[in-house]
Amino acid sequence: MAHEDDPLEHERASWKPSPGLAVAVSDPVSNPGLPPHRARVTDKDPAAMQRAVRTVYTLFYLSIAGSIWAVAAYMLFPIESGRIIDIRNNNLFIGLGIAFALLAIGLGAIHWSKAVMSDKEFVEPRHATRGRDTTREAAIQAFADANEESGFGRRVMIRNSLIAAVVASVVPGVVLFRGLAPFNSPDNPHAGDPVYLLEHTMWKKGMRLAHDPSGEPIRAADLTLGSAVHVIPEELATVSHSDGYLEEKAKALVLLVRLLPEQLTESEERKDWSYNGIVAYSKVCTHVGCPVALYEQQTHHLLCPCHQSQFDVTDHAKVIFGPAARPLPQLPITVDADGYLVAQSDFTEPVGPSFWERH
Amino acid sequence: MVRETTRRSKGRRSPWAAAALIGIGLLITGGVYAGASAAMAATTPETTASSALTADDGKKLFQANCATCHGLNVQGTADGPSLYGVGELAVHFQMSTGRMPLQMQGPQAPQKPVQFTDEQITAIGEYIQSIAPGPTFPEDEVLDGGGNAAEGGELFRINCAMCHNVAGAGGALTEGKYAPNLHTTTPLNMYAAMVTGPQNMPVFNDMTLTTEEKRDIITYLLYLQDNESAGGFSLGSLGPVSEGLFIWIFGIGSLIAITVWITAKSN
Repeated sequence: MAHEDDPLEHERASWKPSPGLAVAVSDPVSNPGLPPHRARVTDKDPAAMQRAVRTVYTLFYLSIAGSIWAVAAYMLFPIESGRIIDIRNNNLFIGLGIAFALLAIGLGAIHWSKAVMSDKEFVEPRHATRGRDTTREAAIQAFADANEESGFGRRVMIRNSLIAAVVASVVPGVVLFRGLAPFNSPDNPHAGDPVYLLEHTMWKKGMRLAHDPSGEPIRAADLTLGSAVHVIPEELATVSHSDGYLEEKAKALVLLVRLLPEQLTESEERKDWSYNGIVAYSKVCTHVGCPVALYEQQTHHLLCPCHQSQFDVTDHAKVIFGPAARPLPQLPITVDADGYLVAQSDFTEPVGPSFWERH
Repeated sequence: MVRETTRRSKGRRSPWAAAALIGIGLLITGGVYAGASAAMAATTPETTASSALTADDGKKLFQANCATCHGLNVQGTADGPSLYGVGELAVHFQMSTGRMPLQMQGPQAPQKPVQFTDEQITAIGEYIQSIAPGPTFPEDEVLDGGGNAAEGGELFRINCAMCHNVAGAGGALTEGKYAPNLHTTTPLNMYAAMVTGPQNMPVFNDMTLTTEEKRDIITYLLYLQDNESAGGFSLGSLGPVSEGLFIWIFGIGSLIAITVWITAKSN
């Protein structure tokens, strides 16, 4: 390989220090050069060299042993029993064997290169970043020639129809991906309407509040003071997972709490939303939608475990700490003729965190 | 001078006087000690061994140890709530975990070494129960850990895990309060906590979680207590915080050590 004496020569002429950054230094740092060569033990002592060589091939042999152990462990620790402790042992011992085999190869290779291979320092100068002017002109000329010979710039019809064809080739992909999105159907008239879906939950007038996950309806008389009950709509318990159980549950989750009626601060328009001190609030945090369920029955504070938003259950679940922007939506409740708690309507505002169309 | 000398010779003590004095002193101290320990020996077994402490004894214990905060008639004061209707189960939970008697007012009563014997706790519980009945001890079957651990796990995740952690490792609440870990909690105290709702824990009565469901939850927690973590070191079961700290210190630490070794010149 023909090395130049100064590979940066052609670059120096074009390089001018920026007048704003140039600093005249009276005593510039001089190139310290390479430190003096220090001979390794393995270079001075043949016995040490022998030892290093032995270490390297011993590591490689140990690696083979590790691989064999991994295969043996696969047979020695079967997982057929299905017990989780057997699966754990299987993973652990196979993993240790493979990890040891790979690590020993790595350690051996590094030790080989550091202690046994040649130890001569040499200087490899950096190549210039900027090509020579002749090279640059030749590259531009190649493009110009290609344009001239192919007629890409001249034959406008061919060029434009090619561009149109490339753009059109993406369209089937876009259409197919759009087809993956849910769309409205007579059975499911709002499936393709995310804003409607975010604004409405399963709750409706007269729907009973039920225990999560059993779906047992809740009688107002059965709630003792200080109770906190995790609630789903009664009909949700009959929805299967393939019919969107989790999608509906994620929106309709409610926390039901019983306080002394005199502990509640209620605004005029929400006076009839509670029943004898029983209040129901959405369990979905208005910050980013975590389930707010850490209820302290003495302070009546609800804590969100994700970002520590706190809501005051006695006062419209207003935010008293943390990043949540809005109070938790309240579910208006009452009791039906049999004494079971029922919803008066759906939530009167969208539950959960903000979205684009929610102002 | 002469007179004084005479007087001194007259009053000279016997050479045995010092020895006798020491002897008398030893006798008196020894006698008093023996008498006192005999008295202690006579009284101590009476309080511990008599298994039949009555609600009256409980009342005396209550008035001596609890009434400062809870009031002489269990009516409560500014420093402590009324105990009407809390029931003997709540008394047992609070006292057998050492939470009561309270050492000092604070955000939450911590668990401490237990201050009373089981008989004394039972007696105080009987007294509280006799004033106004409340939750009481469950059937043994509820606590036997023979329920459905999988059902219990689902109920635990829905009703309990948000505070107590899915592995029962406990967690922080607001302003210094916390949900304790359940690694050593006895089945009776698990049951009592659900039924009585101690401190900031909500109440889970039999209509919210049926007795059978409580048995399932206890079974799940006993399963967690009795079986080692299948995933290897649990690192406190605290999730990303302890696991992240571990990998930052030991994982990145060993990467740095290997990098230093690779780039160092061999000697």
